[in-house]
Amino acid sequence: MATDHHANVAPYALDALDADEEREFEAHLASCEACREELASLREATAALAYGAAGPVPPPELKERILAEAAAERPNVVTLPQRRSWTAPLAAAAAIAAAVAIGVGVFAATRPASNDPLASVLAQPGAKLVPMGDQGALAVAPDGTAAIALTVPQAPSGKTYEAWVMRGGSAQRAGLFSGTTVLRIDRPVKPGSVVGVTLERAGGVDAPTSKPFVATQEVS
Amino acid sequence: MLTVPPPTRPTRDLARLSDEALLSLVAASDDDALAALYDRFGRVAYGLALRILRDETLAQDAVQEAFLGVWRNADRFLAERAKASTWILTLVHRRSVDLVRREDIRRGEPLERAPEPATPTTAEDEASLGFRRRLVQEALTQLPAEQREALELGYYGGLSQSELAERLGQPLGTIKSRMFTGLSRLRDLLDEAGLEGSYP
Repeated sequence: MATDHHANVAPYALDALDADEEREFEAHLASCEACREELASLREATAALAYGAAGPVPPPELKERILAEAAAERPNVVTLPQRRSWTAPLAAAAAIAAAVAIGVGVFAATRPASNDPLASVLAQPGAKLVPMGDQGALAVAPDGTAAIALTVPQAPSGKTYEAWVMRGGSAQRAGLFSGTTVLRIDRPVKPGSVVGVTLERAGGVDAPTSKPFVATQEVS
Repeated sequence: MLTVPPPTRPTRDLARLSDEALLSLVAASDDDALAALYDRFGRVAYGLALRILRDETLAQDAVQEAFLGVWRNADRFLAERAKASTWILTLVHRRSVDLVRREDIRRGEPLERAPEPATPTTAEDEASLGFRRRLVQEALTQLPAEQREALELGYYGGLSQSELAERLGQPLGTIKSRMFTGLSRLRDLLDEAGLEGSYP
């Protein structure tokens, strides 16, 4: 008997499929847009159930253990052996979507618009993150839309931070801010660009007056 | 004269960043951002894990594995197109369910046996968590009893749909249908109530 995959969306969201059913459903998910949409729409309600399970405060050692373990693994590249992953089918789905030249990812299209510019860039298919020292990161989408998240001290009075998109020896103004921020970059960030930040006089300037104190590598 | 901020690590003001921005810092190996995410979600994660596992050591293991999963896989979150909070709590649920099935713990005890909320951390945290808890619990009580039962035994009990069908003496299709209708209705109720998944 053929499995009615769509009927497994809710059990999957609840982690209530057996291992075999789950593998089968994930394979189906990679090729079924309707199921991916339904899943995205049920996921949030499912996760909200977590708040219904109020419990005691976890022991403080738990946080210490997690941070110590994370620090010991510092290079953030280890892949977790996952019995269950909802990344794999979605990554496969993204590849398939690209192959048939669907411009907009299903999920990007169905997620509610976010006020967070970083999140909205990251919601685009093919978006990636480029670190900016240890102070933040640049998110950039294939079409060049970009945002930065940066943690910096409040700029001194009379000063402003200014972001720049630098490419081929020229620097274009890309936005002003005064402290820790999530900022949409005003200019398209094309491959080969570097995004950096300088401290300038209030109001900003047309060209950077110093080397950026924080910058990305060249965006690939 | 131009002053460049000192090269020492700047004062970190992570509290103002969204969950998604923190997660992007975690993807860049920022352990302060991981700590900040733990501060936002560690307690609800532990409450959930304890509810499912009913054992403090196992619940801590589940939360630890989930947060290390966040640390290792934050870059892959980009492919998820979900809210960061949804992604994190989904990881916690999965780890807990994996553990409860592996340990073969007796599952789906009556809800009255769930651990009671204990000492709050701060009044603010408690108010925020308490608010969310009430919204979710209130929404659950508005579901027809058989849908609520399917969601509670599945999500908090860690029972698979087949186990549920057996326990309740219902066809599998009925269980699937209760889960779907229950979750859809829950989603609508939470939308109406204005519960947002991210931290206030």
